[in-house]
Amino acid sequence: MATNTIRPRAYADGDMTTLKMLIDHPMETGLRKDKKTGSKIPAHYIETVTVEHNGKVVLDALLGPAVSKNPFIQCKFKGAKSGDALKISWKDSKGDTDTKEAKIS
Amino acid sequence: MKRRTLLKSSLTAGVAGVAAAAGLLTPQMVLAAWPKGAFESKGVDSAVKSLMGSNALTASGDISIKAPPIAENGAVVNIAVSTKLKNVDSISILVEKNATPLTSSFNLAPVTEAFIKTRVKVAKTSSVIAVVKSGGKLYSAGREVKVTIGGCGG
Repeated sequence: MATNTIRPRAYADGDMTTLKMLIDHPMETGLRKDKKTGSKIPAHYIETVTVEHNGKVVLDALLGPAVSKNPFIQCKFKGAKSGDALKISWKDSKGDTDTKEAKIS
Repeated sequence: MKRRTLLKSSLTAGVAGVAAAAGLLTPQMVLAAWPKGAFESKGVDSAVKSLMGSNALTASGDISIKAPPIAENGAVVNIAVSTKLKNVDSISILVEKNATPLTSSFNLAPVTEAFIKTRVKVAKTSSVIAVVKSGGKLYSAGREVKVTIGGCGG
């Protein structure tokens, strides 16, 4: 299991919470070739990213290999306040996962 | 120990299943399985059809796509999609000329604003299409992004 790959930042402005996150991930498409050996680099990308607040899913993102390396996602939602915890998790094409809790500032 | 957790989880799953069947649970977003077929589709129409079950797109002026008109590096292109449409269930971002156009699809909860910002790869100059599912209907808008260096295969 991957660790410490999610870098979230969430802040509340009134009733609206903005979440920005960066995830460290190679996002290999499976189409690129290794320049030295000429062999294809196998595909390896994040398939799903889930954001939960109070056990409720606020964002369920389905990603493909065409999302840039080290994916960045920004979203906004209502109903959360400063100090609340968010749970962010991802799962990739090799079954690897990571989860991170973020506090809304 | 393993057996015990297995028993416990199957038990709770069973209870939740019964509760859901009886309509006791408040409706929540059901996590979709990763739509492999849609991500492997080679055209916009087939990708949308595979993802949404329909490809009847209505062009809409209420969807705004923010993207750079010229991307120096196709590997990282900032795309922001927002819409004034109500009851938005999902926002999907497709790049028409990519080998597989579907880049990502975001399922939104009722509390989530119809706004998504992310970064995608754009292989060559292409139209970036946003598909918004709102009230069971599909709306779309497009915007051209010129790419000077390709994002795939580089």
